[in-house]
Amino acid sequence: MSRIAARFEKLRAEGRKAFVSYVMAGDPDHATSLEILKGLPRAGVDIVELGVPFTDPMADGPTIQAAGQRALAGGQTLERTLAMVRAFREGDAETPLVLMGYYNPIYSRGVARFLEDAATAGVDGLIVVDLPPEEDDELCLPALAAGIDFIRLATPTTDDRRLPKVLENTSGFVYYVSITGITGAAEAQAEVVGPEVARIKARTDLPVLVGFGIRSPQSAEAIAGVADGCVVGSAIVSEIAAGKPVAEVLDYVRGLAEGAHRA
Amino acid sequence: MPEDRINSFRSGPDAQGRFGDFGGRFVSETLMPLILELEAEYERAKTDADFWAEMDDLWTHYVGRPSPLYFAERLTKHLGGAKVYMKRDELNHTGAHKINNVLGQILLARRMGKTRIIAETGAGQHGVATATVCAKFGLKCIVYMGAHDVERQAPNVFRMKLLGAEVVPVTSGRGTLKDAMNDALRDWVTNVRDTFYCIGTVAGPHPYPAMVRDFQSIIGQEVRRQMTEAEGRLPDTLVAAIGGGSNAMGLFHPFLDDPEVAIVGVEAGGRGVNEKMEHCASLTGGRPGVLHGNRTYLLQDDDGQILEGYSISAGLDYPGIGPEHAWLHESGRAQYVSVTDDEALDAFKLCCEMEGIIPALEPSHALAHVTKVAPDLPSDHIICMNMCGRGDKDIFTVARALGVDISG
Ligand SMILES: Cc1ncc(COP(=O)(O)O)c(C=O)c1O
Repeated sequence: MSRIAARFEKLRAEGRKAFVSYVMAGDPDHATSLEILKGLPRAGVDIVELGVPFTDPMADGPTIQAAGQRALAGGQTLERTLAMVRAFREGDAETPLVLMGYYNPIYSRGVARFLEDAATAGVDGLIVVDLPPEEDDELCLPALAAGIDFIRLATPTTDDRRLPKVLENTSGFVYYVSITGITGAAEAQAEVVGPEVARIKARTDLPVLVGFGIRSPQSAEAIAGVADGCVVGSAIVSEIAAGKPVAEVLDYVRGLAEGAHRA
Repeated sequence: MPEDRINSFRSGPDAQGRFGDFGGRFVSETLMPLILELEAEYERAKTDADFWAEMDDLWTHYVGRPSPLYFAERLTKHLGGAKVYMKRDELNHTGAHKINNVLGQILLARRMGKTRIIAETGAGQHGVATATVCAKFGLKCIVYMGAHDVERQAPNVFRMKLLGAEVVPVTSGRGTLKDAMNDALRDWVTNVRDTFYCIGTVAGPHPYPAMVRDFQSIIGQEVRRQMTEAEGRLPDTLVAAIGGGSNAMGLFHPFLDDPEVAIVGVEAGGRGVNEKMEHCASLTGGRPGVLHGNRTYLLQDDDGQILEGYSISAGLDYPGIGPEHAWLHESGRAQYVSVTDDEALDAFKLCCEMEGIIPALEPSHALAHVTKVAPDLPSDHIICMNMCGRGDKDIFTVARALGVDISG
């Protein structure tokens, strides 16, 4: 069983919602970023999402854009991000790790070579923002064949007619984007998100997690309450941007995780 | 025109929006339904006689089409070889070819009931054209423009504001055209219901590259007719400057299946196409990658991070190129060369002095290539270059490059 499936089985058995954290690999620098990454599971994170920096992050707001710029300025590359994953795996064999980013760095490395390196490093899933189902031949199908989950985004513009296409080759979990917009923008509203999650769950057995626009333990609790879990990114990245020490960043993450786990 | 579409260079893109391996729809899920809706509406409009009748009427009475095909006699004598013709798209309303495409997209936006138009702009010409047509139809217009370009194209920024558009200076990335496009896409994912994204070149996700090409193809269609009237035959060589490649595709596309017509695209060579990457020659100095919704040749580093190009011409300062050009390049149907800032400046001056035409810096690149090849060609060889923009917007940049102070 994949790490992601095993994790959701465990969460279900314990009756808990999933808390997923997003941080950018190499932000604010390689060493600090690795320290944060290694500390996330003990701060209550159930699934780790690791951002792969890209110069042109079309779906990201200023906070995550700046994180990517900091990482790139510090010399972060896909190679070094995979090295971070290997270092993380040395101390943690169970927490699922998902890479999130854009297609070009992967395409540039070569899909086959990337998938082999990612699988060896211990990557469990991929979220690639600019690969809709129409482009499944590019990376989604090869990733599935390589045993790596391809986690698709469903959005408020994904209507019922389109939803089956979006769900078709999705694996691991479904990531529902709570708003039309970029990361770090509007606040997600549980009463709007709830029915949307129900709409998706009616068509899939996969867990449905909600991300974008969750900025506090209260909102993590409210959103996780209407889904199988939630994802927080920009709010954590803001703490890193403010130059907080690693321990404080992890305390902040712990607060969010506790919020989600109260749900 | 050959009936056999299989052997045609004009049959692309395929159903996936691909030209060979290039093109496609590399966008976030939020935008995907919008792009499919646009494609469906465009497919309907394409075969709707009313749509084209409205376009024709506006092209004639608002833009001033057809633009003249002009024989540059003194320049031809000066170069001492091939006959040089200029397609005078700089005489269009707003001073460039950009409005050909904007009209088409705004008519589509109106058919789709969209009330808010967004656009990206580099030199400001596409922004001005979009602001213009939005003013005409009473639509809200927001133009994203790199902060660096806002500075170097100040007259166009003022024009857009006069026309009632909101100009948003983009400071993300390095504040140039590629960053303006990123921010326009970010606006679009945020405002999905009422907003139409009017892209200014043959790039972006399918159907934009094909749709913008179709709207710009009026240029090449007119050249076919006008050249046949003037010379009794088609030109031997077509030359056009390439930023994203829309004026070039517009000139080239109607000639792709005429093998006797040589086709040359001219990229911005900046300070020279070398490892320092101070240029915007995506085909000559880049490699395939995925950006802004399509696969094409891009300036990028070994890690797949996109590099900022450099050119004296803000309109050519884009690290990518339309996917159909990437395909024409690989298939060998068109040839792509580059021209440096200095060569473009020399051609700019030559055109002012020889022909009484102040060209934009973008077509000055095309003209620079013409000045290189024309002298060695026979006098019955006909070259047609696309004079796709006038140079009023560039006089400050040119003055600075020539060391002249005109700040007054
Ligand atoms: C006069 C002129 N020519 C060319 C370009 C480059 O665009 P394209 O390559 O799409 O024609 C621009 C862009 O701003 C322009 O203003």
